[in-house]
Amino acid sequence: MIRLEKRTAPSRFWTYAAPLLAVVLTMVCGALLFAALGKDPFETIRTIFWDPLFSEFSWYYRPQLLIKAAPLVLIAIGLSFGFRAGVWNIGAEGQYILGAICGAAVGLAFYPTESPFIFPLMVMAGALGGWAWAMIPGFLRVRFGTNEILVSLMLVYVAQSLLASMALGALRNPDASGFPGSRNLARYPSATSWINESAGLHWGVVFALIAVIFAYITLSRHIFGFHVRLSGQSPRAARFAGVNPGLLVLICMAISGALAGLAGLFEVAGPSGLISIDFNAGYGFTAIIVAFLGRLHPVGILLAAGLMALTYIGGEIAQSNLRLPAAAIQVLQGMLLFFLLAVDVLTHYRIRLTARGVA
Amino acid sequence: MTTPLLRLRGLTKAYPGVVANQDVSFDIQPGEIHALLGENGAGKSTLVKTIYGLVKPDAGQMELQGAVFAPAEPRAARMAGVAMVFQHFSLFDAMNVAENIALGMENPPPQREIAARVRLVSDQYGLPLDPLRIVGELSAGERQRVEIVRCLLQDPKLLIMDEPTSVLTPQEVAILFETLRRLRAAGAAILYISHKLEEIRALCDAATVLRLGRVVGSCDPRTTSAREMAELMVGSSLHVPHKAARPEGEVILTLQGLSAKAPHRFGTALRDIDLTVRRGEILGIGGVAGNGQDELVAALSGEIRTRRDMVLFDGKSIGHLAPNARRRLGLLAAPEERMGHAAAPDMSLTENALLTAAARQDLTARGFVRWGKAREFAANVIAAFDVRTPGAGNTARSLSGGNLQKFVIGREIMQDPALLVVNQPTWGVDASAAAAIRQALLDLAAKGAAVICISQDLDELMEISDRFAALNAGRLSAPRPAQGLSVEQIGLMLGGAHDMEVAHVDA
Ligand SMILES: Nc1ncnc2c1ncn2[C@@H]1O[C@H](COP(=O)(O)OP(=O)(O)OP(=O)(O)O)[C@@H](O)[C@H]1O
Ligand SMILES: [Mg+2]
Repeated sequence: MIRLEKRTAPSRFWTYAAPLLAVVLTMVCGALLFAALGKDPFETIRTIFWDPLFSEFSWYYRPQLLIKAAPLVLIAIGLSFGFRAGVWNIGAEGQYILGAICGAAVGLAFYPTESPFIFPLMVMAGALGGWAWAMIPGFLRVRFGTNEILVSLMLVYVAQSLLASMALGALRNPDASGFPGSRNLARYPSATSWINESAGLHWGVVFALIAVIFAYITLSRHIFGFHVRLSGQSPRAARFAGVNPGLLVLICMAISGALAGLAGLFEVAGPSGLISIDFNAGYGFTAIIVAFLGRLHPVGILLAAGLMALTYIGGEIAQSNLRLPAAAIQVLQGMLLFFLLAVDVLTHYRIRLTARGVA
Repeated sequence: MTTPLLRLRGLTKAYPGVVANQDVSFDIQPGEIHALLGENGAGKSTLVKTIYGLVKPDAGQMELQGAVFAPAEPRAARMAGVAMVFQHFSLFDAMNVAENIALGMENPPPQREIAARVRLVSDQYGLPLDPLRIVGELSAGERQRVEIVRCLLQDPKLLIMDEPTSVLTPQEVAILFETLRRLRAAGAAILYISHKLEEIRALCDAATVLRLGRVVGSCDPRTTSAREMAELMVGSSLHVPHKAARPEGEVILTLQGLSAKAPHRFGTALRDIDLTVRRGEILGIGGVAGNGQDELVAALSGEIRTRRDMVLFDGKSIGHLAPNARRRLGLLAAPEERMGHAAAPDMSLTENALLTAAARQDLTARGFVRWGKAREFAANVIAAFDVRTPGAGNTARSLSGGNLQKFVIGREIMQDPALLVVNQPTWGVDASAAAAIRQALLDLAAKGAAVICISQDLDELMEISDRFAALNAGRLSAPRPAQGLSVEQIGLMLGGAHDMEVAHVDA
């Protein structure tokens, strides 16, 4: 008989070991799945998890990993503050779009002037755009007690409509003879976020790393981080400790909004290059998963974003090289989430094997 | 010789760093009210949780009416006829009594039938309870009745009560005892945990004493004095708080027409409270729970903000200030509910020390937490107030109820307040630790600080306060010198405040 016994405190060992175990289990079950599809299981697993990092073509894939992971890290770090404090900003996707629109608008307004001040101004505009969009659900919650989950989510759809109208209207490239989409900012030296395009390095990568360090220090060493954790665990004790709950909601919304806006700005001024109707690719939603996979811990988020990016890039390689169906890759990603949540049981419960027949 | 109802043999349960129960053996006879005594952290709650199937023992057996009894979960214990009333209630405020009771049942019958059965049981056992009242509007005693009725509907053979009277008024205690006696007459056994030894003497037929997880003796509470029982629990003689004469100091706190709206639907509004408190005095505030105690503490701690001149502290208007600004001035508070209000259950004691001591103990530098210093402060509180725990890294939740209370009170006292507001400072604390806390409050006053002590324990208030006031429906009576105040006069003050209220409405 297998019995689960609740641990008195979460296991330290399993907090760290569980995600590794989940990855191993995913590989094993994934291999079985691929074998059933008639593919060589070892080759497939190697293609997905190994090739992007260490194959002879990794010079091409590694930059892709950076490009995919950077916005995920940036957004997820911002969300993790709110999620720890019980502030549920689900609409990072919308804040990401607004950051891109505002940042791009500033850049395009200066076109074709060249100046070292343009990019910093765009960065500020991007952060402000995301911040302002996040302040709407934040303010409505504090002032009128609305549910920020619904409001922030609905604002994503508003942002998408806004994006479409911008791509077709105000921000459209006047030289493109009617095609939708803005000028390419990546080709505008004063506005691009690229540092080294062939290495996949843009300012978003740098900001993502800074955000990880900043979040780590804030959460573990600063009184603000303590208040964030306290508010999530015991709101009443937090008020007793002197936390102003409304202000905390606004600050958490501000952090996540600004970081999502930055992610959008770096994306539009680099990897994507232009504002188009379908500019947003779901980073804002995927980042929610990344934040939880990383246990809302900054380093965990870094690793989770890396893993997520790996399955995307590795999955694309497997699709094109091994003719693996796209659905199989999605199943693999689903398995990864499933196992990560399933092995979580080990951190909170102990598995006891009891002899049969003995009560 | 009859077979005992429940027989415990060699029960042992260890937690990391502490053995909560070691080789515990004793019997409970049918038709007996059996007291379980012991200091804070002696392992009483752990033992009854074992009987109720919430804790799995590392070793030992139990027998219920001669048959092996090893409940894997509370449901199994309930099926076998064991019921338990926890100290912390598990009721939903927004639902009515019958709905709450239905929630705890496996196959709830229709509302009407439950209501009828509740009425039947509450008549039978003398427990006044209206099944259609909303739980949020009930007093603590009435809520407990809901929990008890819920148990009685299962027809238990053994009813376990973990510190049931700590939140009850004397009248409610009398009703509870009457019920328990009727239950005993009906043949059920009751396992009763309390730190109030006089109550145990009045109610119980047998007592088992635990110390550091072991059974150290048993006695007949009807013939043993409270002092003897307390000394059996501690293993040494009991310290009686000493009240030294103190000179009257200058005024530290003035409340002028303090009024505040009820903070939530089930709260109480504060109405027009006038009060002055001087340095070096202890003001005792009595009253039935739910008459504005929580709100008064909140208005003083800064959790409820009022007009600035409603609260004057040391001559300054502070009604508008936030909790930490008040702490910096020297106004500290310890609210009643320790889990989730005074302390965060899942955080370590070090983090809980930081919770209120950041401002006064210099535990932050430019916003950065000085964890080393916080740890040191937590360790000092643990040492000075004899908090039984393996260390400051343990979570607040892992402490026994009384030990967490000692930590919460100690954390404020160690910060050297100019005015300390405490609500139910010895709630769930054992006799010797309660004496130590009262002594610490007296010492604080002797050093020239003022103390406002809100409590439902009138004996406690008479023991330490210089002046006494009563809180009723959000109004505070005029304080009177505690010395020489008789029980009748206090009763009159508690009721008198209410009469004034009626008169006020008429006027
Ligand atoms: N979940 C837990 N994890 C770790 N230690 C625990 C846990 N629960 C209880 N303990 C420890 O076991 C010991 C006994 O605790 P218990 O709650 O049984 O005491 P108690 O007699 O009920 O005390 P009190 O009168 O203060 O409520 C204490 O030292 C406590 O710290
Ligand atoms: Mg206890």
